[in-house]
This record gives sequence, structure tokens and C-alpha cells, in this order.
Amino acid sequence: MATALALTTACGGDNGDDGNNGGGGDGGDNGGSVESSIELPDLSGERLEIAAVWTGAEQANFMSAVAEFESRTGAEVSFVPSGDNVATFVGQKIAGGAAPDIVVLPQVGVLHEFAEQGWAAPVDDAVMEQLNANYAAGWRDLGAHDGEQYGVYVKAANKSLIWYNTTAFENAGVSEPETWDEFIEVARTISDSGTPPVSVAGSDGWTLTDWFENIYLSQAGPEMYDQLAAHEIPWTDESVTEALTTLADLFGSDQLLAGGPDGALRTDFPTSVTQTFADLENPAAGMVYEGDFVASVIADGTDAVVGEDALVFPFPAVGGEPPVVSGGDVAVALAPDGEASEAQMALLAWFASADAARIWAEGGGFLSPNRELDTSAYPDDVQRDIAEALIAAGDDFRFDLSDQAPAAFGGTTGQGMWQALQDFLRDPEDISGVQEYLESEAARAYGD
Amino acid sequence: MADGRPAVIRARPWAVACFLLPALLLLGALVVYPIGYSLWRSLFDAPGTGFVGLDNYREMFANPAIRRALQNNLIWILVAPALATALGLIFAVLTERIRWSTAFKLVIFMPMAISMLAAGIIFRLVYEADPDRGVANAILVSVNDTFSEGAPWPDARPRPDSGLEPGPEESLVATEPAAVGEPALLPLVGVAPPRVADAGQAVEPEPAPDAVVGVVWLDFAPGGGGDPGVVDENERGLPGMVVEAVRDGTVIATATAGADGTFSLPAEADGAELRLAASNFAASFNGVDWLGPTLVTPAIIGSYVWMWAGFAMVLIAAGLAGVPREMLEAARVDGANEWQVFRRITVPLLAPVLAVVLVTLMINVLKIFDLVLIIAPGSTQPDANVLALQLYFSSFGTSPNQGLGSAIAVFLLLLVVPVMIFNIRRLRQERKG
Repeated sequence: MATALALTTACGGDNGDDGNNGGGGDGGDNGGSVESSIELPDLSGERLEIAAVWTGAEQANFMSAVAEFESRTGAEVSFVPSGDNVATFVGQKIAGGAAPDIVVLPQVGVLHEFAEQGWAAPVDDAVMEQLNANYAAGWRDLGAHDGEQYGVYVKAANKSLIWYNTTAFENAGVSEPETWDEFIEVARTISDSGTPPVSVAGSDGWTLTDWFENIYLSQAGPEMYDQLAAHEIPWTDESVTEALTTLADLFGSDQLLAGGPDGALRTDFPTSVTQTFADLENPAAGMVYEGDFVASVIADGTDAVVGEDALVFPFPAVGGEPPVVSGGDVAVALAPDGEASEAQMALLAWFASADAARIWAEGGGFLSPNRELDTSAYPDDVQRDIAEALIAAGDDFRFDLSDQAPAAFGGTTGQGMWQALQDFLRDPEDISGVQEYLESEAARAYGD
Repeated sequence: MADGRPAVIRARPWAVACFLLPALLLLGALVVYPIGYSLWRSLFDAPGTGFVGLDNYREMFANPAIRRALQNNLIWILVAPALATALGLIFAVLTERIRWSTAFKLVIFMPMAISMLAAGIIFRLVYEADPDRGVANAILVSVNDTFSEGAPWPDARPRPDSGLEPGPEESLVATEPAAVGEPALLPLVGVAPPRVADAGQAVEPEPAPDAVVGVVWLDFAPGGGGDPGVVDENERGLPGMVVEAVRDGTVIATATAGADGTFSLPAEADGAELRLAASNFAASFNGVDWLGPTLVTPAIIGSYVWMWAGFAMVLIAAGLAGVPREMLEAARVDGANEWQVFRRITVPLLAPVLAVVLVTLMINVLKIFDLVLIIAPGSTQPDANVLALQLYFSSFGTSPNQGLGSAIAVFLLLLVVPVMIFNIRRLRQERKG
């Protein structure tokens, strides 16, 4: 607490001096600085506009980190909600000649698209310095295109988590499983105890793709995962058969899914969480799979307390190592006709700094890929553990495969992976049929 | 008067042009230009830079999702207008002579005042699968429950290899035959702790010399522990479980388990097959999966009819008021019954009005969008897809392709054209008549 106070006073005092330093002139001694991890130029009178998908509490939290930037530099930053379809939103804005200065993109594919079209501006040395100091190579590379760094990952999601209702585990007398076989065994025991064990949100295709990705990453390994993500191996590959067969252990069982496959297909993501934690005496499901953001759904939709009634364990290892599948949002400076301004780069550098991550983390509901962030900044133990697991994975994590794929294959209702895995949930016997469909859809979407 | 007009046009064409200009501008900007641009755009690729000719149209018919949408549109256009018109006709005729007809008509017409979006949300709730939340299933389930009683232990099931195998229907059959002097142990699992709160501690009965005894119990102690197949402490009986002794396919004796799960069958059951009756387990009826792949389109059509039957009724009722009473009376005097009057006189006289209603609804149904978008859940949205929805997804969804979207729009326009031509012809005929 004392350091935090010292930091803020120090920051306040820095304001005037920083103006003399300028943006690009930062020395290498910044990393060693105790008081502030970043020096920012004086940007009085500058105006910046950020576009991102966040609304409500998420947006407010984000803006508290931005507010600190405003007070340190004197720049004015405004926020525009972009809606779910960021690419379309930005495309329209650029066509209209009023592009936002910074845009936060949830899909890594869109970053490549923007870089190719020349909309995104490469980062400058100051940003690169922060990135090198604070980010694992894996996270840095995700923001690069053709060897050039364009983006800063401002927010991460750990998508290798299984949340469970402690009552269900107590009733069944089971403990957190570490391997897939143990997981299935635990699920059976929970089922025997009278609680439907696993809640699956089959109505939202993206949750099913995340199930598959975790199993595939752990079973086939990171190299195969990367090849599949790039569509260098076909979806009819044996490794995919194996992963789907493993997934069928769960999806193929009426007893292990809450409501059976039909019930799961009717369940959307928020319901899959609330039905697990709404009734703490006699839960409608014992476990639910999804990323760290489940915590906010629990907090908003149920009376359960994260850390007491709702606990979490890492996705069980299917092969040798447990998987770490992550997602995240990347901030990119837009400069469709020319160079990016000093202010844009300063804001990106700020996002890459540990200071910004700390302010944002204190608000909760946020996970930072910044490894220099002191994890004591997270408001509770559950989030701290999740964050530590993500940072501990170093470069061994893999980015959500469906977010890397073209949106037509990895992110559209009624086609591609979403549809294929829903069909699979409906009929887990027909693995080869699902694989053929996946391959035909992938061939179309990847354009080969 | 008919002679005057051409004279004005001849004398002051600029005045005519002035009067026509605002309408022409508006029509041009809001109707002609968008149609023309859509046609033009449909010949280009996704970014709008490469000319692709008719490729978008080819893609449209090759894409299985769009074909499905087309098929659903066909179902919609055949079923929805006809159903709404038929219901409207019935309501109009039935309400014609009742005393509170205005109030009745008001109620039927009321859904028209609700936006499609709100109606969609209402029906999303109506069709909810859980009978505690969806009124459609609540009605079905409560009707069903008045005629058949729910099973006491629908969730109970045996562990694999625990000595109980699935028998006929949903019954469970013990692998060991009943024997006097050897208590039968019938373990089940899968019942949530609160459901056995009233049951007593399960007891393994003492062997009796003149009876077949046994216990049916929940072989799972809360908090885990306990050995499978053994009556442990803290394991509850399953009271009310019906046990049958079956020999050569006929039930020779029946017993019901007590609070501690024990039961006793007469000695003649010795050597018979022990069976837990299907009535113990029969899964309770949980209603219909309205929004599942097969029923989703009919269900949405149902909500559409709910909205538009009132519209049909009001128009038809207006037409009905114009039907000459004398003709109906004459028919009745000639001995026609009410059905014949309706069939042979009312309906033919109403035919023009019915045609108007049907055609209006057809045009309306072709562009159906909001109800489908809102009511269909993600997993069955592809099964409920219609062209207007696909147009939206193709143009503005993930990986937008406004060329393909425009092609769908042009195709929709082509579908409306025959109906429009029919409408215009009819209007002309009416004027002549």
C-alpha cells in the first residue's frame, strides 16, 4: 500500500519535468526506476480518440487507466464504443475520414488485416522498449505482422479454466482433477451424487471451440496446434480425430452434461454459468468451463461468492502438459494516411507499461499479459492465481485458435467451427462427418 | 374535366415538372437509386473493387446456408399468410354477431400495436424449454400431469455392473434371481441429496425364512465415501420404489420399499426375477423442444400469426360489413345451413378482400427478419434462417461481403415482383370495374 501511494505522488510530481524529455528521448534507465516505470511526454492540448468493444464497468475500468495518462501528459482522451464488429466499424470510420487514433481489437486476424491495408501504424522505439521490458516474446509476437510490431496486448484472457460449485464437489466428496481421465472420473462421481456434472453452453458456438482447442493443444502439442491454426494440416488429420474422440467422452454422455446434449444446445453462455452457481444448496450443474471472465458473470448473475462458493481449477491435462489457451485484446494506432503522432505512440507506450496495468488490475475483471505487473494489484486471490498461471506459462501459451482463423471459419454463427461443433454436440458419434465439414469450411475460409 | 388536364400539360409543361419534381427527387433518392446501386454492387466482390460478374449469384445458390434460408422462406410464404388469413376470416365471421364484438376485436388486434422486436422477446420466453419459465411448455406439462402421475425417482439409475441391468421400457432388472434367505441388494445412484431428505437410513434386512427380502437404496453417501454395493452409514433408502417379482413374463408379486428402503415379497417369489418397475423411473414429460431444429420455424410462424391474424381480421370484418344481407337471408330461406352460407356465399363474396389480405401478408412475410433474429437461439438459428436475415449477416456480420448481401437483396426484390404485379393488375381491374 505504501509503495502504491508513493508511486502516485511521484507520478503527480513528474508531470512538469517530463515535458522536457520528449517522447523518443527516453534512456534505457527507465526499467530500473523505482517510482514510475515509464516517462511520458507533455501532450497538453492533444486530443485522442480510442475505440473498443467495452461498455459499462469494463469501460469505466479501462478509462481509469486512461485518466492517469491524461493527468500525466495533459492530453485529452475520449472513448467511442465500437460495437461487436470492430473491423466493420473502423472500416466505416476510415472511409469517412474520421478514424479513431487507437483501436482495441479482440481478434488477432483483424490486426493482420489492418496492417496489410496500411491502416495500422508500426510502433516507435519507446513503445518497443516497454514491450521488450514487460512482455514475454509470445505476447509481443502476437501484436506483430511480417516482423513489424504493430500492437500492444492490453488485456489477456485465460481460457483454460474450469469453474466449479463447491457444494457439488462436497456432496460428491471429490477434489480438483489434474488429468482428463480424472476429470471424467470426477464428473461421473458428481453425476452419481445426483448433480448433473458439467454445464456446456452449446447455444454459443465459441464456447465449444474453446473446449476443443484446450483438448487439442494439450493432446497434440503446441506445434500441431500452430499448424492447425494456420491450416497447414487439414482438419481431417488424425490428431483432430483423436481430440474429438476425447471430447466425445464428455459430449457423448447423457449423464455428464447438464440437460443432456439437447439441453446443452439450448444453453447460452450466461445461463451455463448462472445455472451452475444460482442454487447453492442443490446446484443444477457442478462445473462450467470458460475463461476468467466467468467471474464477472457469477458476480452479476448469482449470489455465489467467487473464492468461496465458486472456485476454479486449470483445464486438466489431456496429454503431457495442461493446456494454456488465451485470448486478448490488442491496441493498435491507426494512421491510414501517414505517420502516427507522438501522442498516439505515447498512449500505446503507456498501455504497455506496468503502471497502466496496475491501475487497471485494481479495478478487477481484468487480466494483464504484462509480466512486470506486481500480482498483488489484483483484487482477489482467484484472479491473482489465474493471472499467475498465465504469466507462468511464459511463451508456452497459445492464442485462441478460432480467433486466429478467418472470422468466417472461427467466429460466425451457423458456419465453420461453431456450426461443426454444435453438430458434433448433437451427434458425437459422427466424428468423420464433422471433420469433413470442418475441412470443407476451412478450405473455403482460408481460400485454398 | 378529362379534356382539361392534357391542355394544362401542353400549355405549361414546366408547371407540371415543378409539381412532379419533389416526388421524383424523393423516389429517385430513396427508391430508384438504392435499387440501382444494389444491382451494381451485387456484381462486385467483398471490398467492392473487383468486378465478379454473376459470381455472387452463383455463390448464393451454392451456399448451403442460403439455400436453407430460401427453403424456409418458401415454407413461410406458403404457410404464414394462409394461416393468418384463415384465422382472421374465422374471427371476423364469428365476431360479427356477438355482443362484445368490438372488445373482442380489440383484443385480437392488440398484438399489432407491439413492435416485432418486443413480440420476438415475448415469444422467446413463451417457447422457453424449461416448463417453469416457458408458458407453452408449462401448459403442455400441466395438462400432461393431470392425466399421468410423475414417477417418484426419475433420476435414479444403477452404476455399471452393480447387479441391475436395463429391462423392458425403463425398468431395471436384477441379474441375480430372488432367493428366500438371501437379502437382495439393489443399489442406485444419481439422486440429489435434497430429494432423499425425508428418507431414512438404509438398512440391510435380516434374512427371513418365509419371505424374499431386500433393500433398494441410494448407494452414495453425501460427501463421497462408502463402498459401491454395500449399505453404508449415511446412505438413504428410496421409499416408494415398486419392486416386482416376475416369472415367465408375468408379475407374480409386488412390494413397495419402506422409508429405510427395505421390501418384503412372499415366499413364492423365490427364484423369480426381481424388477424395479418402469413406473419408478419414467422420465417426467418436460414439454416440447419448441426452439429445437425441427420445430423452430413452425414456432416462429406461430408467433407471426399471433401478431398478424388481428390485421387480417379487421380487414375481413370491414369487407364482411359490405356483404349484402339479403343474399345471405335468401340463401337461408332457401334452406341452406350456416356452413353452406359461409362456404357458398360469404367466402366468394369476400374473395377480393381475402386476396388483398393474402397478398399484403405475402409481401410482409418475404421480408420477415426481426422475429427470426430474436426468437431463434444461436444453435438453431441456421435452421430458422430466412433470406432477409441472411442478407443482414452476409452484409454486416463477421466477414462482411456486401456484394453477396446485395445479390440476396436483388433476389428478394425479384421474389416480390410477381406479387406486386398481381396487386397492380387487381387494382387496375377494380378501377375499370
